[in-house]
Amino acid sequence: MYYLEAKNIVKQYASHKALDNVTVQVPQNHIYGLLGPNGAGKTTLIRIINHITGPDSGEVYIDGHLSIPSDVENIGYLPEERGLYKKMKVGEQLMYLARLKGLTRNDAKEQIKHWLNKFDIAHWDKKKVEELSKGMQQKIQFIATVIHRPKLLIFDEPFSGFDPVNANILKNEILELRKQGATIIFSTHNMASVEEICDEITLINRSRAVLQGDINSIRQAHKKHLFKVSYTNDATTAGYMLRSNDIYQVMEYEQASGYNTAIVRKCDSGMTNNELIQAMMRECQLVTFEEILPSMNEIFIDTVGAPVANNE
Amino acid sequence: MSKLSLIIENEYMTRVRKKSFLIMTLLTPILMVALCCIPVLIEIFSSNDMRNVTVVDQTGLYQGVFEDNEEYTFTYLNTQTTSEQMRNDDTPYAYIVITDNLLNNPDALTIYSHKQTTASFEMEIENSMEEFLHEAKLASFDIPGLQQIIDESNVKINITSIRFDEEGETHTSAGLATAIGMISTFIIYMFLFSYGGMVMNSVMQEKTNRIVEVIVSSVKPFDLMMGKIISVGLVGLTQIGIWVLLLVGLGFGASMAFGIPLFMSNEELLTQAQSMNSAAMTGGATIDPDMLNIAQTLSSINFTQIVVCLILYFVGGYVIYASLFAAIGSAVDNETDTNQFMIPITLIILFAFYVGIFSAEDPEGSMAWWCSMIPFTSPIVMMVRIPFGVALWELILSLAILFASAIGMTWVASRIYRVGVLLYGKKPSYKELFKWIKYKA
Repeated sequence: MYYLEAKNIVKQYASHKALDNVTVQVPQNHIYGLLGPNGAGKTTLIRIINHITGPDSGEVYIDGHLSIPSDVENIGYLPEERGLYKKMKVGEQLMYLARLKGLTRNDAKEQIKHWLNKFDIAHWDKKKVEELSKGMQQKIQFIATVIHRPKLLIFDEPFSGFDPVNANILKNEILELRKQGATIIFSTHNMASVEEICDEITLINRSRAVLQGDINSIRQAHKKHLFKVSYTNDATTAGYMLRSNDIYQVMEYEQASGYNTAIVRKCDSGMTNNELIQAMMRECQLVTFEEILPSMNEIFIDTVGAPVANNE
Repeated sequence: MSKLSLIIENEYMTRVRKKSFLIMTLLTPILMVALCCIPVLIEIFSSNDMRNVTVVDQTGLYQGVFEDNEEYTFTYLNTQTTSEQMRNDDTPYAYIVITDNLLNNPDALTIYSHKQTTASFEMEIENSMEEFLHEAKLASFDIPGLQQIIDESNVKINITSIRFDEEGETHTSAGLATAIGMISTFIIYMFLFSYGGMVMNSVMQEKTNRIVEVIVSSVKPFDLMMGKIISVGLVGLTQIGIWVLLLVGLGFGASMAFGIPLFMSNEELLTQAQSMNSAAMTGGATIDPDMLNIAQTLSSINFTQIVVCLILYFVGGYVIYASLFAAIGSAVDNETDTNQFMIPITLIILFAFYVGIFSAEDPEGSMAWWCSMIPFTSPIVMMVRIPFGVALWELILSLAILFASAIGMTWVASRIYRVGVLLYGKKPSYKELFKWIKYKA
């Protein structure tokens, strides 16, 4: 079942449409990627889910019911534009933010202790935020996002501003939260991390959802029938160069001491891989045969038609 | 509601616990007193400077007319000094040259100096000379006993002003009413600016800190804005409260020290006055009658009404301006961009302040009346009129307009705030702000 369903969301600003009939269905306990170039409408959609702004038409369902404002107590949101009160002490700040999410004072106190200990930063409790480094502040920011044990977590560009070590800690925490049952929406430009942790994605471009589904089917659907093959130079085929024919086309070719490699394209997309292998086996001794699936980055660029602006 | 109170609590405590709050609360009254004292101090110090004035009296009639005082010493020279000599000798502050009998020729006195003389110096010379001439002229009529007749014809009276009201008669003082009106107006004027500005800065800071989106994912933007406005307003009331306590404490201390009955009702004062009269007759006066007079006039002012109105107008006016300031703070990214929006607000407040000052002269004038009804100026202007007595229906009407506009203003501001606080980059134009108001939630 879907934990979050945004149905036919339309949001119009004075001069442009931020979202045009966008439907997003996030299955329970999945990590869901929300992708798209800058200004595509991702943040608007996230703000609608968070009741920061309302849609012109369309509905948001959470856990099967029409979302009401108090549902935000079950959502943890790490915005792309994020920050903390610089003059406030870490402990006070977390207490304030936790209580705004509906936690009682005692419950909040316990959670603060738990998380500060978990990150081994209990001694920061009395420090002012401005005394901390940017990476440290990001950790506090993360704690503030998850402190009320939300069932739905929304991370907007979570890795921007993190160094690789902290980014890895963060990634592990996100995976850990999923293991504990949370549903996670993940908005990013960082396609490598999408392939790594997302189960499903929606790609939003120019206010519309242009691509939806689980990562594997998307990659399958966008494959270009390219294969990487390697084959040996044995006695009978010494120095043999694979040549294009009406079954396959050789795109790249490289000769090495042990074996040769080539990238070939299947001419008839309806042909099975086994048939292709049989055809190639007549020409050479195959060592490896691997289909090249497009990376999410390539799919993104192909679909959006513009280079990815990476935030990092 | 509980989230709103959480915000108020957090914002209020953060401000009140700051050292700067305590310092400003204690320092402001001291600064105000100091500001009043500085002109006096300057006067005292500057008058230590003695100035020499040379009097060149070619007629010989006016020896000794000008007498030395704390500021000027006068030297009388022989009549042969030429203008060339005066030009070359710049040691004296000024030369006074008298060329003819002033009774016949009023233009015969000239002041020469190397530096521009002050108006007060010319005034002093003029006064001394006129007084001398006045007496000389009188003497020239040669009527016996004339001086005595003139002295007796200088009748002086003391005016007591009494206003009829519900309780009968009340001793009043236009001067005191003006002073109290001015002080209340000044307090409101100051608070609108400083606390409105505080709201604006705080909104702007949350925006530039990028914390605002984190907060509005937990609470409605309207709650965040209102929480801020309310908590800063409470800080202001706390400050006023502390000052009132200080003032009452000081007043009480003063009344103990000088025996001025500050906190007595009118009747008590009357009995006090009567007993004092009888005491005076028996030769045992205990209280200075002037002091009693001041106390009597003070007690004629309806302090309860003034304080209640001060608080109501402060709250209403503050909410209007703080909402405006909050909207501005939400629309811009940095301090320099605020100017464009601050200027009109500053002009309105300044205009109200000047109308307030002139209203003290004519509290019932149509300018004062209308400005005490218009919500943007009424908090400042009405406070000047109240000590002079304002009809109850006028007060109620003015307050009703004020509070209705305050609610309307917060609504408009919240619409702008909601959009502005999440938009970064370009500074919006007025046209865009109006568009934001019309956006759907």
